[in-house]
Amino acid sequence: MTATADTMPVTDLKQAATALIARKRLVAFAAPAVILAYFVYLFFAFDIPGLVDRARMDNAAILVADSYSYKTHVTRDNRSGGLVFAIEGENKGTYPEGLAPEFVTRTGEEAVSIALKAGESAEIDGATLRYTRPDYGTVTVTVDGRDILLDTPDGQVPDWISASSSRVNITGAGGRAAVTRARTEVFRYSLGWELFWFTLDSPFYGKGLGELAGLALSGERVVPEKSNVAAMVHDFWNNPMWRHKDVIWAIFETVLMAFLGTMGAALVALPLAFLAARNFTRLMSIRFAVRRFFDFVRGVDGLIWTIILSRAFGPGPMTGALAILITDTGSFGKMFSEALENVDDKQIEGVASTGAKPMQRYRFGVIPQVTPVFLSQILYYLESNTRSATVIGAITGGGIGLLLTQAIITQKDWEEVSYYIVLVILMVIAMDWFSGWLRGRLIGRNEAH
Amino acid sequence: MADTTTGQSPGAVRTSEIQDAYMAMTRTKRMYGGIMLVIFIALMVSGFMLADSRNAGGFWDGILNVFNFPGEVVKEASEKLTLLPALMVKFFPSLIETINIAAASTLVGGLIAIVLSLLSTRGLARYPRLIGLFRRMMDIMRAVPEIVIALVLIFVLGGGPVPAMIAIAFHTAGALGKLFSEVNENASLKPLEGLESTGATWAQRMMLGVVPQVAPNWLSYALLRFEINIRASAILGFVGSGGIGYDLKNAFSWGQGRYDEVAAIFILLFLTIVFFDQLSSHYRNKLVGKV
Repeated sequence: MTATADTMPVTDLKQAATALIARKRLVAFAAPAVILAYFVYLFFAFDIPGLVDRARMDNAAILVADSYSYKTHVTRDNRSGGLVFAIEGENKGTYPEGLAPEFVTRTGEEAVSIALKAGESAEIDGATLRYTRPDYGTVTVTVDGRDILLDTPDGQVPDWISASSSRVNITGAGGRAAVTRARTEVFRYSLGWELFWFTLDSPFYGKGLGELAGLALSGERVVPEKSNVAAMVHDFWNNPMWRHKDVIWAIFETVLMAFLGTMGAALVALPLAFLAARNFTRLMSIRFAVRRFFDFVRGVDGLIWTIILSRAFGPGPMTGALAILITDTGSFGKMFSEALENVDDKQIEGVASTGAKPMQRYRFGVIPQVTPVFLSQILYYLESNTRSATVIGAITGGGIGLLLTQAIITQKDWEEVSYYIVLVILMVIAMDWFSGWLRGRLIGRNEAH
Repeated sequence: MADTTTGQSPGAVRTSEIQDAYMAMTRTKRMYGGIMLVIFIALMVSGFMLADSRNAGGFWDGILNVFNFPGEVVKEASEKLTLLPALMVKFFPSLIETINIAAASTLVGGLIAIVLSLLSTRGLARYPRLIGLFRRMMDIMRAVPEIVIALVLIFVLGGGPVPAMIAIAFHTAGALGKLFSEVNENASLKPLEGLESTGATWAQRMMLGVVPQVAPNWLSYALLRFEINIRASAILGFVGSGGIGYDLKNAFSWGQGRYDEVAAIFILLFLTIVFFDQLSSHYRNKLVGKV
């Protein structure tokens, strides 16, 4: 302070300090103000008020409820008769003849009584549905030719029933029912992911863990051709509802895309990086050309590469791998050449002083210096590309990204969507852990960060 | 060299022992290196063959057709060259939307990341016992690919920029949070002690003691993230939320006859990415100095 005061008039110093503080104060207020103004602009640019109208909260409710529960459909065909019990109403989840969920009791040829939750119950008796709520009474809906007749205890239609001449919907606290001319349906929600392990046609369906372990150990074969363990694995692996085989393959394809893309990009970028580094390529024109090539490849972006490649190669993991390969060649080339420009010349001179030829100078003077940098960048990209591969898979049609988009587009299998999401997150975390572990093993833990 | 080993002095014997041990070590190292190389090549080759067999079109057929589609686009675009500037003007608003999505998500994600990073840095954390919890939270946020959240939110909120913004912001918060907390670890604690002695609250200590120290590095990471997010927001547009990606998808699925639009969007996207790439690397160098 005193030193500067000696060389500079005190008034100037004070002025400078005041100006500095004033500027800092201005920035301190201006920066939040600008950000706030930007958010106000976005509020209108993104049409947030309109979004509130467009948001489908009922969709959100379905999504959340469906992700941890499943519904069983009890359906009576009102045209040709016959009762069907099916999980999620799917063909693959239909109970075989003579089998029924435990909350359904058969009371006649075309009649069942269904125990719902919250003390409610429903009865289907031919073309008649009787839905009973403990605090209300019994609602009777009858399909009579072309008419649907609704009968409530007090003659009024409560707000949890929506009725028209062609459709009656009953939304109770423990179940739902829908009656149309074509069919009478009762839905019962239950917790969990039903049929996750075995589907209804498997002999192992509905058995507890202890029972399964007992079967696995016993010599008595449930399926004559196979041992019990093999039969269990087979039934689980080929589960038609959850398609474990396809899902695992899809995850594997995604990882494969990331691996092939990242490693391929590194292999292509390595020699090019030498051409782009100032201290290895004296020729300005080559350096310039290679650098512009890197910039171009990076600038075109994964999205455009993916589109172009999917035209040539069709959907699948190869397309995704090549898209990652091309995009990352640019990124790796840029980073590698920067690392090469920063190598310490002393080591190379030391190697050269022993009479080493150029190749040996590279091998012993340069490679040991840059390997840790390159490896850590490659491994970092391996993890990040696992995520990119999911996205690219959704665009080109390969891997878990494809399954995820398909499941979301059908808008009903939300339990499968949540299953895939969990798997994707686990996959990325596993790759993150794996690349960290490999980095630790290859270049030592101290340098890993 | 050779005559030193034939000498009988004890020093020479030691030298030859050391030499032998060194050569043995080099041999094992080389062997491990060779094994690693063989495994790596085997993985690459088998992976390539597997990917090739599971792809709809084979690699060798495809590689010959790689230039067909770009060729068609260039041909059609060059025929309608005069229309291109008008098309670029037409798609400019969507481009602005894509950039807005990226900017908004970087801002929102960055602000959340600041809070998360301060809460998960040793020495700074408000609740030291919860450091692990906040770190795991960031790990999970980082692991979720943007597309997962975007697709689910499109179902609930309908199309448009907001689902993409939330999805990218969520991922950004996790990714930046980790980088920010690494920066925070290098911050000096002395200003904090000084502030604490005046009775400053936690928020005041962070605002006045930590933020001035780390702001340049934070900004530099946020700029890098902004550049990444522009790419991400273009991709998310392609799967259904707004912006230039959505226009690209429409023009692309229309096919021949609209390739001039595809070309215009390609050019716009390319210029934007290169522009922000240069801009962010320029300011990053200014902020933290050339590495």
